[in-house]
Amino acid sequence: MNMSASPQNTARRVALVGNPNCGKTALFNLLTGSHQKVANYAGVTVERKEGRCLLPSQRALQVLDLPGAYSLAATSLDEAITRDVCLGKVAGEAKPDLIICVVDATNLRLHLRFVLELRQLGLPMILALNMGDAAARRGIRIDVPQLQRALDMPVVETIAVRRNGADTLLAALDGLLPPEPQALPADADLHARVRQILADCVAIPRRTAVIDDALDRWALHPVWGLVILATVMFFMFQAVFSWAAPVMDLIKSLVESLGQAVFTLLPEGLLRSLLIEGVIAGAGSVLVFLPQILFLFLFILVLEESGYLPRAAFLLDRLMVGAGLTGRSFIPLLSGFACAIPGIMATRTIQDERDRLVTILVTPLMTCSARLPVYALLIGAFIPAQPVLGLFNLQGLVLFALYVAGVASALLVAWVMKYLRRERVEHALLLELPSYRLPNPRDIAIGLWERASIFLRRVGTIILSLTVLLWFLSSFPAPPPGALQPAIDYSLAGRIGHALQYVFAPLGFNWQICIALVPGLAAREVAVSALATVYALSATSEDAAAQLVPLITAQWSVATALSLLAWYVFAPQCLSTLAVIRRETNSWKTMAAATVYLFALAYAASFITYQIASRLL
Amino acid sequence: MQLCDLPYGQAAVVESVREQGPTDNIAIRLRDLGFVAGEPVRVVARGPIGADPLLIQIGFTRFALRRNEAARVLVKPAA
Repeated sequence: MNMSASPQNTARRVALVGNPNCGKTALFNLLTGSHQKVANYAGVTVERKEGRCLLPSQRALQVLDLPGAYSLAATSLDEAITRDVCLGKVAGEAKPDLIICVVDATNLRLHLRFVLELRQLGLPMILALNMGDAAARRGIRIDVPQLQRALDMPVVETIAVRRNGADTLLAALDGLLPPEPQALPADADLHARVRQILADCVAIPRRTAVIDDALDRWALHPVWGLVILATVMFFMFQAVFSWAAPVMDLIKSLVESLGQAVFTLLPEGLLRSLLIEGVIAGAGSVLVFLPQILFLFLFILVLEESGYLPRAAFLLDRLMVGAGLTGRSFIPLLSGFACAIPGIMATRTIQDERDRLVTILVTPLMTCSARLPVYALLIGAFIPAQPVLGLFNLQGLVLFALYVAGVASALLVAWVMKYLRRERVEHALLLELPSYRLPNPRDIAIGLWERASIFLRRVGTIILSLTVLLWFLSSFPAPPPGALQPAIDYSLAGRIGHALQYVFAPLGFNWQICIALVPGLAAREVAVSALATVYALSATSEDAAAQLVPLITAQWSVATALSLLAWYVFAPQCLSTLAVIRRETNSWKTMAAATVYLFALAYAASFITYQIASRLL
Repeated sequence: MQLCDLPYGQAAVVESVREQGPTDNIAIRLRDLGFVAGEPVRVVARGPIGADPLLIQIGFTRFALRRNEAARVLVKPAA
């Protein structure tokens, strides 16, 4: 790196290092507030978080939040990044001037071992004794001056969840760098040393928190634990699907009135069409999902911060392992019911690379909310609303079956992938269940802001450019004068649809369906309004479905409708999902594999459905 | 006795971690996490299906281990 004299380079660089669940990120948030930059380390999908803060002397401090690690003997990509940054081995990443070791004062037996191991790095170190408030509540007393001598580094107390909880740390960082602590001999028994330090410096009345024991008795109970989990999930779904709806309607109407305004302001022509049908409709189709995604991430963040998420993984691990996944796959898959994109983004909590990849590949099979309009249209048109067994409704049962088909196929695909790999390497769970904590609003807010901006930035740009492209395909070439068919029929999209009919005829798709599949690539629910366009209905998307029903019931066979339903269970018909797979795995190959396998499954399922249904019905 | 056979709630002390195969990263990690001779352990919860995974209290920390991970840890039940 070049050493120019800009203030950027003269700022002291410190790195936060610590075990997972030591409150490191909360401390980082307290230090840097909103002055954070979140990106990835070059070439990998490990998140790199950097921020700046001002020291009491008004000097700038550059803070790097390294991924949590248990040991320098890394077993995951996250841990390898932490080790390599500390060793100055990451390209383009200067070695930190000082390491702040963050430890949870209630979990010193585990955390101090890592601190002792870090002494071999030969970097100046400060120990941040975090969560002192929780330790005090549990009657844990720590002799700080004694601990300082034993560890050979300055020790400061921090309370990351309190407003001025890092003041002593900031004051310590403002002074001269402390000397590097003496490295321990390579063969030193770190565990024995930690035991000795604990015996000398710390008084602990009880090894566990009473509240954790009490809560875990219920939360991890073989029966009640599952009941509690189901209840939590029910509320999450309720929030995502019901509470978000009014906000989504509001956004939808705002986008529509913006379109109306542009409609009246601009003369008829290409520019107006591009703005309304391409840009505004495209951006709108992204924005409308934002409330759902925020609710989803709010729940995930609260569950994560409170310590419940690893408990859910514990309860479901056995089930998921049977299918070739891991307990940690649960939340991404669950998020996939709202939208595959946040689901795939949530796989970052899975440390094991293979488990993460499999989870990413099967998340699109969860029935996302964008499929619902399509399901609703087809079920409403073709499935009679007759009662079944006096209790259920056939329409409801079909919808439920479609959801089950999605989940079952995800488990099956994961199982097949496990079988095909036939690898003997054991993938460990080794999951820490941290103490329960009350989530801190600041950390939740920062987390939500991060997720929302990633979603808008990445997905927004992709969907926007795709909808503009699809607008182009559906608008050009323009129909000849005196054309009788709807305009889309003459366009490139129309021609593609007609050509696709050769491919899709064995599935029972007519050319109208094939055309609708093309703009439906941007987002699945767009297929409904595209069908309306093909059938020359000039209607808004709301009443399009109502007007479409009699038309398609008259023109399609039931077998075609069932086949299209089967298609939608699998089809990778959402380019933004594919784009996010590419981003999150950093691999075009994985994206291609996902596309091919989903298409193959969709084609096979539709083919079988159509062939059987057209013979039976 | 293997940790996976330790009865629920029974106090025990770790004797050693046994490797499975030549470079057993899981065994190395278990030692880093505190599964070393003399450390008190206890099974504090079991998964709802097939009593897998196990929740182990070691030191001040709780770790969920699958049964085959816990099988690497040899323990001695406290009298």
